[in-house]
Amino acid sequence: MNSEGGVRSFDSFATSLPKGERRNPITHTQAPVTTGTSIIAFEYDGGILMAADMLGSYGSLARYRSVPRLLKVNDKTVIGCMGDYADFQYLQAIIEQMEVDEACKDDGFQTTARSLHSWLTRVLYNKRCKFDPLWTTFVVAGLDQDKPFLGFVDKLGTAYTDPIITTGYASMLATPLIRKAVEDKLKDKNEKLTLAEARKVIEDSLTLMYYRDARASNKYQIAIIPSNGEASIIEEPKTLLGDWSVAHLIK
Amino acid sequence: MALSMMESNNRLIYNDAGQGPVQHQFSPYTDNGGSIVAIGGPGFAIIASDTRLTSGFAIYTREQGKLHSLTNAAVLGASGCWCDVLSLTRLIQARMKLYKHEHQKDMSAAALAQMLSTMLYGRRFFPYYVSNVIAGLDEEGNGVVYSYDPVGHCDKNMYHAGGSSGALLQPLLDSQIGLKNMAIKPTAPLTVEKALQITKDVFTSAAERDIKCGDGVIIRIITKDGIREETFKLRFD
Repeated sequence: MNSEGGVRSFDSFATSLPKGERRNPITHTQAPVTTGTSIIAFEYDGGILMAADMLGSYGSLARYRSVPRLLKVNDKTVIGCMGDYADFQYLQAIIEQMEVDEACKDDGFQTTARSLHSWLTRVLYNKRCKFDPLWTTFVVAGLDQDKPFLGFVDKLGTAYTDPIITTGYASMLATPLIRKAVEDKLKDKNEKLTLAEARKVIEDSLTLMYYRDARASNKYQIAIIPSNGEASIIEEPKTLLGDWSVAHLIK
Repeated sequence: MALSMMESNNRLIYNDAGQGPVQHQFSPYTDNGGSIVAIGGPGFAIIASDTRLTSGFAIYTREQGKLHSLTNAAVLGASGCWCDVLSLTRLIQARMKLYKHEHQKDMSAAALAQMLSTMLYGRRFFPYYVSNVIAGLDEEGNGVVYSYDPVGHCDKNMYHAGGSSGALLQPLLDSQIGLKNMAIKPTAPLTVEKALQITKDVFTSAAERDIKCGDGVIIRIITKDGIREETFKLRFD
């Protein structure tokens, strides 16, 4: 019986084999290989905005420069992934199949962001318990009963919801920028950010990540999940240039 | 020389490049902070948690309460490794439903206390890294507090401080609620008002010293009339 079946046969036990033929203990993915960096997402007046750049890093090598890290699950749900890109693609295939199965039922129901978030929580927690983690951090954005839902899940199954979610270096660099924009607007006008203002903030955040995160790139995608009933979209990739006129002043 | 080389077994080793790829070590556990204080008294029990969820120096969210109402007579406070908290509390909810369908009644605080101990010990060799406190009412309607270690050791008390500020707050509760080491002890029984005031004070103190504690407090007051909730702001820096 193989190890996948849950029962381990004793003849594969390391010491029962002659020297030189001893097998190593079962090992799992203990480190990410091709990786994506930060995800940035937050609520605005009419929904949620999420952004990620399109770089797949191979250690410090900028290996794949145009890989999408945002996935539109359905008209009301978008997810973003930081971490191991292969693990993301593995889950992407499963999630897309779930959506096909769900659509085939034709019962008018859709996977909601809340249910997908909960499902990811269980999948990732289960893998961590087997010491075989999916080395990823997911941000789930969508609508749950027409209200914006924004959730976080990491490779351990740690999960929470918040109006502003950023992962990786963006949690150190971009969060303060976003919070300030949101809080200033609330203080000045007692209003939430408009789509145009939110887009400006998220593009500023991406520029900042491009400047300071060595694993970030200037090619990015933005996802919009509107709360007015329109379908969510992932926009075509864009490239930001940044302002390097002051670069020579930085030593 | 910037590129220093060493020869070992006829193989060149580049010292400045690091030997082999950067290795990440996987740990299934993390500390997401969170503090719980529970106090039992005649006819009431109160339990409070802060609302900060952390990871290292980062704050994940400022609005994550750690109290889980189990029945009309018991509330669980759980903090530590948040993914374990989520899993454990869901399992508890499921086991409570099974109990209710089988026995046609809610679990008592004592039954919950025993079940939690058994569930924690069930994972003795891969523990839920959670510090649990149950506050509830006993059969007479008086407050009880059960506190646990991660592998299911259960203690029945009148007050307990658990989680990241547990070690900071327990001696304070020993003094203010337990009235330990006092020459002249007050004789009046503990009131809800007094317990609430002490809870708010100890959380304010903890927020000053523990970076994992802050943002806000959620307090649930359990009496025979049901569960009442209060919130209270802490420093959020």
